[in-house]
Amino acid sequence: MSTKVIALTGNQAAAEAMRQINFDVAAVYPISPQTELMGFFAEYVANGEVDTDMVAVEGEHSAMAACIGAAAAGARVITASAGPGIAYMVENLYIASGMRLPIVLIDVNRALSAPLSIHCDHGDSMLTRDSGWISLFSENAQEAYHNLIMSVKIAEKAMFPVIVNYDGYIVSHSIENVEIFDDETVREFVGPSGIHRIPYPLLDVSKPVTYGATAQPDYYTECKYQQHVDFLKVYDIVREVFNEFESISGKRYDFIEEYMTEDAEYIGISMGSSFGTLKDAVNTLRAQGRKVGAIKIRLYRPFPVKELAQALSKAKGIAVLDRADSFDGIGGPLFKDVCTAILHNQNRSLVHNFIYGLGGREIHEEEFIKAFDRVERLEKGVETRDNLVEYLQVRA
Amino acid sequence: MAKKVTIQVLADLAQERDEKFHGHNPLAPGHRMCIGCGIPPIVNEVLLAIDKPTVVSTATGCLEVTTGVYPYTAWNTPWIHVNFQSAAAAIGGVEAAYKVLKKKGLINEDIAFVAFGGDGGTYDIGFQSLSAAVERGHDFLYVCYNNEGYQNTGYQKSSATPIGAYTKTTPVGKEKIGKQEPRKDLTMIMAAHGIPYVAQASPHIYRDLTRKVKKAMTFKGPKFINTLQPCTLSWRFAPEDTMRLAKLAVETRYWPVYEVINGKYWKVNVKPKRPKPIEEYIEAQPRWRHVLKYPEIVAQIQKEIDDKWNHLLALEEMSKALAEKEGIDYEALFANPEDKKGEE
Repeated sequence: MSTKVIALTGNQAAAEAMRQINFDVAAVYPISPQTELMGFFAEYVANGEVDTDMVAVEGEHSAMAACIGAAAAGARVITASAGPGIAYMVENLYIASGMRLPIVLIDVNRALSAPLSIHCDHGDSMLTRDSGWISLFSENAQEAYHNLIMSVKIAEKAMFPVIVNYDGYIVSHSIENVEIFDDETVREFVGPSGIHRIPYPLLDVSKPVTYGATAQPDYYTECKYQQHVDFLKVYDIVREVFNEFESISGKRYDFIEEYMTEDAEYIGISMGSSFGTLKDAVNTLRAQGRKVGAIKIRLYRPFPVKELAQALSKAKGIAVLDRADSFDGIGGPLFKDVCTAILHNQNRSLVHNFIYGLGGREIHEEEFIKAFDRVERLEKGVETRDNLVEYLQVRA
Repeated sequence: MAKKVTIQVLADLAQERDEKFHGHNPLAPGHRMCIGCGIPPIVNEVLLAIDKPTVVSTATGCLEVTTGVYPYTAWNTPWIHVNFQSAAAAIGGVEAAYKVLKKKGLINEDIAFVAFGGDGGTYDIGFQSLSAAVERGHDFLYVCYNNEGYQNTGYQKSSATPIGAYTKTTPVGKEKIGKQEPRKDLTMIMAAHGIPYVAQASPHIYRDLTRKVKKAMTFKGPKFINTLQPCTLSWRFAPEDTMRLAKLAVETRYWPVYEVINGKYWKVNVKPKRPKPIEEYIEAQPRWRHVLKYPEIVAQIQKEIDDKWNHLLALEEMSKALAEKEGIDYEALFANPEDKKGEE
């Protein structure tokens, strides 16, 4: 295997992975900040560098419907969207996972309207969290590239669709050094295309199959139960693919990434591009002699319950940093996930929720430091709280 | 009593399809459609007219909820249902996959693609995806079984519902007499897309419908056929009268049967010499019968029918003249594909 390091934006890195994987079908509809990703890929298609049939659909709902048709036919399929586009395709996300189709969706994370914002937060991704899709978050262009390559294999082994998330503009449009594999390595890793990658392809006309039947109350539960049981097997499949990936890349991935958590009393948790800033905050506080650490969630669905419970088992205070709000008085989506994960931990950590970075608001180290300070004072009883959730970065 | 076959068993049995399903229709017995429903003959006529393996997609609606009730299926052909809006988008995806896999040499069979939708899934919620799929040029046939309302949900109005008709969302009251607006002319809209083949058909003239399907399949690219499908349950006539109602619709010129090639050449297939008055068709349907008490509404319906009929005849004449000017044999353009085969 040979690699080369080139300067790429997140969208360019993802387009490069798409070219190397050589998907059979790509359904395409423009929305910022995803648009240029499919623009880059369209050039590969136009130049004959891939075999992909690019279906330029009239909306995200049809984009996912076309993906469902193509995946059920037996093809290797991808689409990408962001923000309101994800919201528009949500109905079909449930259908894709209910039919157990290995589709890959890139979500270039963007805020939801109103007010309209084309910039990053995780509100769009949170719409997909209960849809039965496997969900991976990427911190930077390098991880977006790696996650996309791994997602194909994960989807096809698990027979569930996969969402690869990376932050709009912050990752999608920023240039950084990305280590790119040679084409052979990627193609060997994902394996060849072929209609029998799935057990019952529509295009095997010698064995007619029915996709998308109606289920009355007598069977719906059984269908959902099978989906439930199989989704729990996704943990092992993701771990397996992470291991295989390590063997070709030397890069070790886990469900979560821990930073200085070994002896940490206070731990901050985030997803996506803000993790670098969170690590900076940890470095600054460590220099002051404070025992703090950070955790990044890489596998968001299914949620890494055991790994997180273990990593947080000794923490006194936990700051959950949500890049999306739930407007429900309980806290952001990630906050609820973390609280659930540590439910059976022996020690009772104090968990507090901070909302940050909405609609592309830039996040600075000082703001995460404020979050650590607040959690520590709450935990020590110096301060009290009225709510479980607070906003960082709000102008007075 | 119809025989029920589980999905898994069906998939296994399909390997020996010729022996096990000998003489069976593409849509097997065991579906749950109403007695007298016009959909099963439409689906079987369409699929039997296609002489190669066919993958079918279906919009949510009567056809879908009655044929694929888990763990059974009535489909003897690969079939997918995504949702109400997506019959055209889904079959477009299947067809896109087919093209790539064939190019890569992973599939050798010659396969046809058909989508079915009711008028709700075609005229209304599915219209965007249908219009876009034909604009993209996917090689498939879309068949609308048009029963002029949302019958699967208990008869609400769609944009195919005619003016004055009673539905659950357009009841007859003191201020409003049924549906206020005339029906949308989707066949004309589809013809305006300029796709290779568009037709309007009726299941009672099965030779015409199957000929149109055969004709449609001689073209590569998107094809659209709109068939009237009288609904015994919601239009409220006796189950044995389905085909009689369809016949009346054609005889009154309410439902002209015609075909359009490339959005340019028009041909009206049936021209009733003595067209029956629309009252006769309306009278046969309790959903609509009340409008006979309102002569101004009946006159409006008759005017719509006459205007459209004259428009069609004018288009036919125009396209004959156009063909002549272009040096194209108008009759050969619409020739039965089987006749052509015979000549070869």
